[in-house]
Amino acid sequence: MSAISLSGVKKRYQKNNVVHGVDVEIEAGEFVVILGPSGCGKSTLLRMIAGLEDITEGEIAIGGTVVNKLEPRERGCAMVFQNYALYPHMSVRQNIGYALKVAGMPRAERDAKVLKVAKSVSLDPYLDRKPGELSGGQRQRVAMARAMVREPKVFLFDEPFSNLDAKLRVAMRAEVRNLHRSLGVTSVFVTHDQTEAMTLADRLIIMNAGVVEQVGKPSEVYHNPASLFVADFIGSPAMNLVRGFFGEDGYFRHGQGGMIHLPSLGQGLVSREVSLGVRPELVQRVSAETKGAITAVVDYIEELGASRLIYANADGSRLIAVDTSNDALGTGMPIHLSFAAVDAHVFDHDTGRRVDLGDANSAATRARINA
Amino acid sequence: MIERSPIFDAISYGVMILGLMLVLLPFWITFVAGSQSIQEVTQVPINLWPSSHLLENLQAAWDRADLGPKMLNSFLVASGVTIGKIVLASLSAFAIVFFNFRARMVCFWLIFMTLMLPLEVRIVPTYAIAANALQPVQAILDVTGISWLLQTLSGVQVSLEWNLLNSYPGMILPLVATATGTFLYRQFFMTIPDELVEASKMDGSGPLRFFWEVLIPLSRTNMLALATIMFVSSWNQYLWPLLITTDRATYGTVVMQLKALIPDPTGLPDWNVTMAGALIIMLPPLLVVALMQRWFVRGLISKDK
Repeated sequence: MSAISLSGVKKRYQKNNVVHGVDVEIEAGEFVVILGPSGCGKSTLLRMIAGLEDITEGEIAIGGTVVNKLEPRERGCAMVFQNYALYPHMSVRQNIGYALKVAGMPRAERDAKVLKVAKSVSLDPYLDRKPGELSGGQRQRVAMARAMVREPKVFLFDEPFSNLDAKLRVAMRAEVRNLHRSLGVTSVFVTHDQTEAMTLADRLIIMNAGVVEQVGKPSEVYHNPASLFVADFIGSPAMNLVRGFFGEDGYFRHGQGGMIHLPSLGQGLVSREVSLGVRPELVQRVSAETKGAITAVVDYIEELGASRLIYANADGSRLIAVDTSNDALGTGMPIHLSFAAVDAHVFDHDTGRRVDLGDANSAATRARINA
Repeated sequence: MIERSPIFDAISYGVMILGLMLVLLPFWITFVAGSQSIQEVTQVPINLWPSSHLLENLQAAWDRADLGPKMLNSFLVASGVTIGKIVLASLSAFAIVFFNFRARMVCFWLIFMTLMLPLEVRIVPTYAIAANALQPVQAILDVTGISWLLQTLSGVQVSLEWNLLNSYPGMILPLVATATGTFLYRQFFMTIPDELVEASKMDGSGPLRFFWEVLIPLSRTNMLALATIMFVSSWNQYLWPLLITTDRATYGTVVMQLKALIPDPTGLPDWNVTMAGALIIMLPPLLVVALMQRWFVRGLISKDK
């Protein structure tokens, strides 16, 4: 039985559809991250699970019980908010123990529990301080301790790290990961930060404009994107996406007269408008004599330290390649690029969905996912 | 705005000192006159230096105006009005800000509109209600025919009456509704982040618990500021207590007693006693302001805002 089950969940504000029908099963103990650009409905979905938002249509079940009509407190969820939402007039101890106090737990028992949880997130020296006297990271920890102390069935995180600086964010990420490993509580985490999503998630739910684009393991989403949106959204630098069509001669035509020789991909796709996708790290610089090499001109170079990104123009189409060589390169210089046909993805331009490219490609994708 | 010219500094200090003197001069005169004997106070030109009769004048004023019980009355009424105002204002602002009901904006504007209707404007209808607080209920019963129905069925004539004249509730209740207070609380409640409300929902606390355990402690500073203003203004109420109490001996307040201290045109012009009485009467609000100020300055400095 799944811990959380969403079936046909929709949200409508007056006439605005915000969530268009989500069907997802979340297994017990799983760490699921909902990822999407701002305004895609990911927070709304989380808030519907929490009970802070009405469900317009569909059904949400937690631990097998339909919770549509239940109050937030009856759902067994604990939530960590973006701005911590600590009670400013209460000490750390009171903040953490407030839910227990509301539930009517006797003081001694409550204090023992608060102390135990505070120790587990190393907050015990600060128990008598007010939130205003804590740093951002400590406040975040209080918010997490407050969620943990209730021993909920489900943890909900609503972009909890977006107010922290980059370094703290990485540290908190590790902390959340460890916490999940030791407690094993089903968790749903909303973020727009893909690094956060990729590193935390057992499974990712990618949302766009109120629609679930893809559900899958991080590596699956990265190496086998189900749609043009996912391909473009996941990965930094973004996947190279070249718009064009396959001719009968096995050439992919794009930009202003650009041709790429890909005879193994074009069958069955002739003349259909598609986008050809390939990850920048799978695009190699090759010598001019290499068969099928794409000739391009360097637009500009982004130095990253260990490697550099070459933004190149191939007959009017932008191609990005990750380059680890130290060759002298500059704007306007001609280069030659190549990639393996099995590393390419093709997306239908009208539907935005992935086109199945046959066994060779899926085998290569599978190898990468499992690597 | 920062000005660094010494001439400008001198001018602004001059203006401030002048203003201060203008404000303090009446108090000084009151104090000086209150400390003089009747011979000294009737001298022309007036002497602006205090004399040695303060204590006996205070004693005389206290006895003549029966200030002991009157002080208690004033204190009861002012505290009652202050507490009532805070309770009513915070609860109505709570309803307007945190609950989504159909008539919420209508309610807010109705309350807001009463800002334009101070007691002086509505004093006649307010008096009518105070004379019989159940009159509106009676009117409803009469108009809907319920009282006629009861009379024909049981032979009992329905005549509701709840007289508030000459009573503490009568002096307090009509002053309790406050648009200013509601508005102040509303502004404060609107600064409470939604996430805090949601966090308390997740923690399982109901609306009243949230109100009592989160909103009230957070609004402490506001409450003290409001209480100060309200206490002073209700202490200084003159018209309403004068109107609603005919039994001045029992229900008179100190501000009403000021009138009793003014010398009779045909009697002895002992303004020194009058002034000493005025000193006593303005002392409590002064103390409240002085004490409360320390509190709400502390509230503003403290970090838990």
